[in-house]
Amino acid sequence: MGQGPFAGVNVLDFTWGLAGPLSTKYLADYGATVIRVESLARPCGTRVSPPFKDRVPGVDRAGYFVFFNANKYSLSLNLNHPRAKEVLNRLVAWADMVAESYSPGTMERWGLDYESLRKVRPDIIMLRSSSQGQDGPHASFSAFGIPLVGLAGFSYFTGWPDGSCLPLPSAYSDLISPRFAAAALVAALDYRRRTGMGQYIDCSQLETSLHFLAPAMLDYTFNGRQTGRQGNSCAYACPHGVFRCQGEDRWCAVAVFSDEEWQAFCGLCQPGWSRDPRFSTLRERKKNEAELNKLIEEWTMNYSPEEVMSQMQARGVAAGIVQNARDLRHDPQLQERAYFWEMNHPVLGSFPHLGQASILSQTPASPVMPAPCLGQHTEHVCTQILGMSDDEFLGLYQAGVFD
Amino acid sequence: MTPDQPAESLLGGYRGLDLTDEKGLLCGRILAGLGAEVIKVERPGGDTARRIGPFYQDIPHPERSLFWFAHNLNRKGITLDIETKDGQELLRRLSSRVDFVLESFSPGYLEELGLGYSRLSEVNPRLVVTSITPFGLSGPYRDHKASDITLMAMGGYMYMTGDPDRPPLRISVEQAYLHAASEAAVATIIALYCRSTSGEGQHIDVSAQASLVSSTVNAIPFWEMNRVILGRAGPYRVGLSAAKQRQLWESSDGYVIFYFAGGAFGAKSNAALAGWLDEEGLADDFVIATDWGNFDMAAATEEVEGHLEKLVALLFRRHTSAELYEQAVKRGLTLCPVSSPAEVLKNPQLKARDYWVKVRHDELGQDFDYPGPFFRCSAPDQYRRAPLIGEHNREIYEGDLGLSDAQLVSLKQAGVI
Repeated sequence: MGQGPFAGVNVLDFTWGLAGPLSTKYLADYGATVIRVESLARPCGTRVSPPFKDRVPGVDRAGYFVFFNANKYSLSLNLNHPRAKEVLNRLVAWADMVAESYSPGTMERWGLDYESLRKVRPDIIMLRSSSQGQDGPHASFSAFGIPLVGLAGFSYFTGWPDGSCLPLPSAYSDLISPRFAAAALVAALDYRRRTGMGQYIDCSQLETSLHFLAPAMLDYTFNGRQTGRQGNSCAYACPHGVFRCQGEDRWCAVAVFSDEEWQAFCGLCQPGWSRDPRFSTLRERKKNEAELNKLIEEWTMNYSPEEVMSQMQARGVAAGIVQNARDLRHDPQLQERAYFWEMNHPVLGSFPHLGQASILSQTPASPVMPAPCLGQHTEHVCTQILGMSDDEFLGLYQAGVFD
Repeated sequence: MTPDQPAESLLGGYRGLDLTDEKGLLCGRILAGLGAEVIKVERPGGDTARRIGPFYQDIPHPERSLFWFAHNLNRKGITLDIETKDGQELLRRLSSRVDFVLESFSPGYLEELGLGYSRLSEVNPRLVVTSITPFGLSGPYRDHKASDITLMAMGGYMYMTGDPDRPPLRISVEQAYLHAASEAAVATIIALYCRSTSGEGQHIDVSAQASLVSSTVNAIPFWEMNRVILGRAGPYRVGLSAAKQRQLWESSDGYVIFYFAGGAFGAKSNAALAGWLDEEGLADDFVIATDWGNFDMAAATEEVEGHLEKLVALLFRRHTSAELYEQAVKRGLTLCPVSSPAEVLKNPQLKARDYWVKVRHDELGQDFDYPGPFFRCSAPDQYRRAPLIGEHNREIYEGDLGLSDAQLVSLKQAGVI
């Protein structure tokens, strides 16, 4: 570390899973020194989830963890060891910020709650990221992101009108809350720069995620209405949906909003449609949407999604390939932005790490280190960063403090 | 919380102009929520985003768009036609008096008007300009037309959502630009922080497509390492365990999301579930014999998965979603009900934390409930309704730029504001 807006900022990172580590990723990618405190006995969830190298499980063989954790150090520590405090005290004294995502109460047990941290560092900035917040009747209930998307309402709004609601493919709320948590963390850093005061930040994934459903929530609080799942349709656009293309499970999304776009669309697929009374206006098209979609698909089935997208775009119509993981890896636009950082991981070899969606003109995020193996930097952190002597480190090591 | 901290906002003192449409509104909302003074700049007659529904009482009026209300709390609002020479001059003058400018026009549009980053930063070298676009300011897809559904497709999310034998699905509430705008908020604050040492602003290029890729979680690693493409699995999910796992379950009156979590974390939930099955007389020999505390469901075979699925489905169908959630909280199960907005409003955790805030709408004659704090910290919360069209023209043009009443009137008549 040492370069970028957060050069010299020290982050003690107790987060695990997805939401927490993604929050501190913004700090790591822009130059902060981020030390993950990990445990061999209870490794981070993404280290024990597939895919694994050669399909053999192992905490250092997990692509899921590596993909999301560039630019961070890893120190392994048995937080329940009687001598763990000797290491923790030095880590806390070193830290400008502490981030955690354990269930509420856990940090208290280890003497790492906000009040204890403030005794060491009065202007500490602390982020506590959790499913539902640090207080309240459900505070200690950690459902994690996968069921949480049901609780927030995303599943209610996903599905076909003639089918059931559906779960989401991922812990979707885990991807939303890190932006809010990071905004708070960086704003707190700036606030401290200006005022000398630290900050305590309580970030609930449920509370942040609901902002992505805000208009639907207001439809209920203002109008008493719940519109539910609409498939892929849109009240003010037609055609609007996803159409099957040539190939196995290949699709292209198309959205036509204006009369000009509709004319251009027909010019490409079937000029007769623009004169057909069933389809001549938006209202008529919505009335006959199912029929129109069938006709459109008879056209798109003859082309690859790439061809459909480029032909539509050439005529000013919004269209996008429904991309799978292979498509994303080869996406020329993402490559242009150097979105995936290829770095050499000790076990996985050369591996793509998630970059940043924003490019800052003067201080862009940069790939400095691959994701760490568990405990890879224990000795380095203790002796080079915390300034322990070799003897002291050895003593703690032999006592099993780092197991 | 600590009572001795001064009650100031984290971004108190920062000022910015927001020229975005629906592609970037949430960015300004977040910055305003952190205490920055954010001035929404709309074309005369109102921003196009005011045409997006739903509408209060279904009246499609620019001052009744709930979409607009949701994403424009806590801002000021002025009108300005930046396609006029006078408008461009006014914008340049305003830019010299703020810390950041947010925009979401097509790449190159502001440059053509003499309002691009290089021009604005000449006037104000400390200015941060954040540009939010579907794909970014350069690259092969730079000029592609986009909308929510095409971006949810291009970002990878849709491929994995829905039933295997039906088309990919988006979420029926637009999401793509919210991801972009929230990324933009973080990047803007990073640039403001950076400026405190560098003394200079910078130009930020935010891609909506790129901001969606993380929602595919471990799909890219699966392709990279095992040449496996994770696809749609309907009520199941793939990619977290050896066998596909059911996620969506029927209760007696709706649906819940529950999954057999793996590893040490899952062990607790799975053991609790086994205990509950036993209490209800549904535990068979396999359930009773298994040492759930040490059983890693992530490694379970399809046979085990299917076996448990049958028993759990029976259990869940006996109870309402509310009962299942109550038990989940009590026993520590990875289960939540599929909630509608009405049910979310009744959620006791959100109520206990005073999450819903009442916002006064004088023009509509009452208060309405809105989602509240993004997070909790020492800063005070306040919630002011979205601005009316041109509501703060006088305050900003006269107060900030020293224009007179007469000048304002003539600019209005000329259509500049």
